[in-house]
Amino acid sequence: MINRLVLENLKHRPVRTLLTALAIGIQVTLILTLVGLSFGMLNDIARRTEGTGADLVVLPPDASIIGFSQTMAEGIVNKVRELPHVALATGILMQPIGGINYITGIHLSEFNQMSGGFEYLAGGPFEQPDDMIVDEVYARGAKIRVGDTVNLGKPWHVCGIVVPGKLSRTFAELKTVQERYSATGQISRIYVKADNSANIAAVQSELQQRLPAYGVYRMEELVSLMSVNNVPMLRQFTEVIIGVGLAIGFLVVFLSLYTAVLERTREIGILKALGAGPGYVLNILMRETILLSLFGTLAGILMSYGVRALLGAFVPSFTMEIVYSWWPWAAVLAILGSLIGAIYPGLKAARQDAIEALSYD
Amino acid sequence: MIEIRDLKKTYHAGEVDVHALRGVNLSVQRGEFLCVVGPSGSGKSTLFHILGGLTPPTSGEIRIEGRDLRKMTEAERTDFRKTTVGFVFQKYNLLPTLTAQENIDIARDIAGRRQADPHFNEVLNLLGIAGRLRHKPRALSGGEQQRVAIARAIVNHPALLLADEPTGNLDSENSRIVLDLLRRLNHEFHQTILMITHDADAAAYGDRIVHMKDGRIID
Repeated sequence: MINRLVLENLKHRPVRTLLTALAIGIQVTLILTLVGLSFGMLNDIARRTEGTGADLVVLPPDASIIGFSQTMAEGIVNKVRELPHVALATGILMQPIGGINYITGIHLSEFNQMSGGFEYLAGGPFEQPDDMIVDEVYARGAKIRVGDTVNLGKPWHVCGIVVPGKLSRTFAELKTVQERYSATGQISRIYVKADNSANIAAVQSELQQRLPAYGVYRMEELVSLMSVNNVPMLRQFTEVIIGVGLAIGFLVVFLSLYTAVLERTREIGILKALGAGPGYVLNILMRETILLSLFGTLAGILMSYGVRALLGAFVPSFTMEIVYSWWPWAAVLAILGSLIGAIYPGLKAARQDAIEALSYD
Repeated sequence: MIEIRDLKKTYHAGEVDVHALRGVNLSVQRGEFLCVVGPSGSGKSTLFHILGGLTPPTSGEIRIEGRDLRKMTEAERTDFRKTTVGFVFQKYNLLPTLTAQENIDIARDIAGRRQADPHFNEVLNLLGIAGRLRHKPRALSGGEQQRVAIARAIVNHPALLLADEPTGNLDSENSRIVLDLLRRLNHEFHQTILMITHDADAAAYGDRIVHMKDGRIID
């Protein structure tokens, strides 16, 4: 019977119910979007890193798994090439160009050899020093075509658009990138291919001995490390957003239920006259809160699909995944924030004096 | 069934004490239909609230079915309202979001009675609302709403039915119907009823009438 009353109460004020559920939904969307972006971007980076075709990756000393701020001398590449069982080694320079974007300096022939080569959707390889290849996602997001000039701190001429999935979204000749961004002789990473998969461990071991301060990772090892926990500040940022989400849920439900309790003063008086104790009244409001939170969670999940579609259309380089495993967590957080918000209005209703409530108009 | 001795109730309104009841003495037999008549401010509503366990008395004795209301805690008075009394109010006080049937069911639910009483259909037929139970209060006339309120008040077979100006919002035709029904409930089901009214015609439906003035019963 309580469930019936709860449901009818929510149906009785459809606009308020809808707005409250939507507001809780925004909280859920906020969390799911952030988590979806974290997972999506990291998985996207992981997929593109795998797309290099390398077996091993050498990182400069103290470099983070996904950061490119540290560099090392380009000359190390030659030392790597000399090691036994190394079939290929190529150095790349990831140069930040604002926001989360990088332009990646590569030796095109070496990179093609290692990755299997670019698949061109339009245009072709570098012909001039200032030529730049972009992937289809970047081209779509920036609305550029072959022949356009793009300003990334320096002007670049777009010579080719390729299928995404190989290391980066923007490529230029390594030498030009080094010269244009004052990083002559510097590289960010070395990608290494062994002559045989059976020798990867031996090459890794040799590299670790020769370059003890450097990070030497097998590709699958590096990819597995690309998680939220290993990205500096991302976990803290996620926690802050969850905290903001909880605060939104708390405030929304607090205001909504506080108004509802005031509106329903007389009804609370009726229930009390019928013998309903504080627990019964509180139970009604708590069930109402949980139901609103569940509607909100559902709305939030649907809205997260909408956000993904919008990002895909307008900012395609922001890869967002729908992380199903976070749905229950989002629901728990929505319910938690809402229940905290329901405490004061709930207690106010539970403590309502029956006679005063019955005389309320 | 009801024994009241020197019952007093004082409200504190800011720094002013309002003596709503100044020593009420009253006995009501089981199965009696008693009407309490008095003008506004005579204390009849306060007496109604104390008898219904909605507020405690300040002093005096008040026993209903042997239970001493003065010594009851808040929780005990809540339980008392659940099991011993049923209310009928002037403004019907039905829950607007529920149907007539659900308004009756929720009283049963609050009392912890899970099973519907098959004999209760007899009461619903007597009240003439059996065909209107699926409607929400806004779709019912005032008279129908009051009859649903009566059904809700007696669904848990309370020892005492308290009615506060039950015809105050009704036209004369519906007033007559509701008062007839209360009398029939009293006669056919031996329901003890205490009705508060300022209307002498309504009071005439009771077995006995007592008058209140200035917080006392005067005859």
